[in-house]
Amino acid sequence: MILIDSIKTFGEYLLLMKRVIAKPERWRVFFRQMLHEMYQLGVNSIPIVLLISFFIGAVICIQLKLNIESPWMPKMVVGYSTREILILEFSSSIMCLILAGKVGSNITSEIGTMRVTQQIDALEIMGVNSASFLILPKITALMTMIPILVIFSIAAGTGGAFSIGKFTGIMTPEDLMIGFQYEFQQWYVWCSVIKSFAFAFIITSVSSFYGYRVTGGSLEVGKASTNAVVSCSALILFADMILTQLLMQ
Amino acid sequence: MIEISSIYKNFEEQAVLKGITAVFDSGKTNLIIGRSGAGKTVLLKCIVGLLDPDKGKIKYDGRDIVTFNKKEKMLLRREIGMLFQSAALFDSMSVLENVMFPLDMFSNMTYKERIKRAQFCLDRVNLLEAQDKRPDELSGGMQKRAAIARAIALEPKYLFCDEPNSGLDPQTSLRIDDLIHDITKEYKITTIVNTHDMNSVMGIGDHILFLADGNLSWEGNKDEILHTTNETLNDFLFSSDILRKVRNMAKK
Ligand SMILES: Nc1ncnc2c1ncn2[C@@H]1O[C@H](COP(=O)(O)OP(=O)(O)O)[C@@H](O)[C@H]1O
Ligand SMILES: [Mg+2]
Repeated sequence: MILIDSIKTFGEYLLLMKRVIAKPERWRVFFRQMLHEMYQLGVNSIPIVLLISFFIGAVICIQLKLNIESPWMPKMVVGYSTREILILEFSSSIMCLILAGKVGSNITSEIGTMRVTQQIDALEIMGVNSASFLILPKITALMTMIPILVIFSIAAGTGGAFSIGKFTGIMTPEDLMIGFQYEFQQWYVWCSVIKSFAFAFIITSVSSFYGYRVTGGSLEVGKASTNAVVSCSALILFADMILTQLLMQ
Repeated sequence: MIEISSIYKNFEEQAVLKGITAVFDSGKTNLIIGRSGAGKTVLLKCIVGLLDPDKGKIKYDGRDIVTFNKKEKMLLRREIGMLFQSAALFDSMSVLENVMFPLDMFSNMTYKERIKRAQFCLDRVNLLEAQDKRPDELSGGMQKRAAIARAIALEPKYLFCDEPNSGLDPQTSLRIDDLIHDITKEYKITTIVNTHDMNSVMGIGDHILFLADGNLSWEGNKDEILHTTNETLNDFLFSSDILRKVRNMAKK
């Protein structure tokens, strides 16, 4: 039963996406909205991304230093591993999981509220493709902003780790710097960015889907937001597994 | 003019509309009245195409929209203005932006012309001074008026109003009713209004349809309605003592 339900839901999602991918009625209106969403979803997420990345970077560094390092291991291992963890997983996948909570619930409640207060009906009556009008700018906006967020996250995380070396004295900043630069692979950063594109699409499209199909009142909007975040997170982790497998081979 | 014939609509086992046939003329306010749950909203949604009827024909000046594809429906909808029960203003935009929105989307006017047209519509509903406010800063009646301004921005041929008076005090209700009535006459619009408000019925009922049990139970105008012998309609209309007294006085 659950399997049939999920297949049905997935079908509905695909049908909605078919309506979303349409040429905007007016490019002027579309770009205005996209700009607004880039600010709303992207720029407004920068503080939380910087904050969390900085501290996680610092904590990873401390943990590695205290638990991994031993006399027979080179001193630069801590910096090297911190960098790899940040670039390979944290700054794309985990950061997007966090964004799913912030941005996803935001999108679902916005679109859900528009649904229950008949604003979506009003759009339809005017002859606007409401699905495309509301959802497409969000998808394109977050996909445009996500590489910037990923880069910011990597930078903030590295900064957090570096500040441990600089201010705590449990290790020298020089060792860290050598580690940060050791065998740097540009491709890994690209992998991170590519993965984040997929996650941005999942976050915006799935949470829009949950908002768009709300029926009832504000209570249902709240439930839909929660469900959207859970689904986004699960899908991000699943996509992460597949993409990592594909990209890293 | 809108003609509907034998409209049927079921929700699972529940038959909501059981074959409604009617004609709505242009330049008249056509009222659909009936108890809560009688199916007024469902009928209106079928007419505008937000719901598909199970059976029946819906013709806008001869064009049958049931046979229309998505694209054709969208084009027709640019000739339609609709006022929702909850006003449904876009709460991310100011009042002026709300009224400008249909113009932004579908007209080829310049920015200045669009502002002018939007301000003209706002002036028509006496709301020009509130143009920079957000919808949530307006009272219920002002929201309804802003929604009317938005609905008439593109000079629609058809105007639909779902319970325009719900949640408003009697005086504000009257103003909204008069506004709808005047605009209908002024621009020769085909207007359909859902209501269960007796003041509206007596005030602006050029053509009244009474919906009961999914059927069209009575049809006429506001003068005829006072003298109807239809039992269900009488029960519905004169549910209060005061109204019954008014009727008896009118009969004398
Ligand atoms: N989307 C829907 N799904 C199932 N039943 C519905 C739906 N919309 C309306 N109904 C049912 O149709 C009946 C008529 O509703 P409605 O047209 O909203 O009444 P009203 O005359 O008060 O506007 C109600 O019994 C309602 O439960
Ligand atoms: Mg209703």
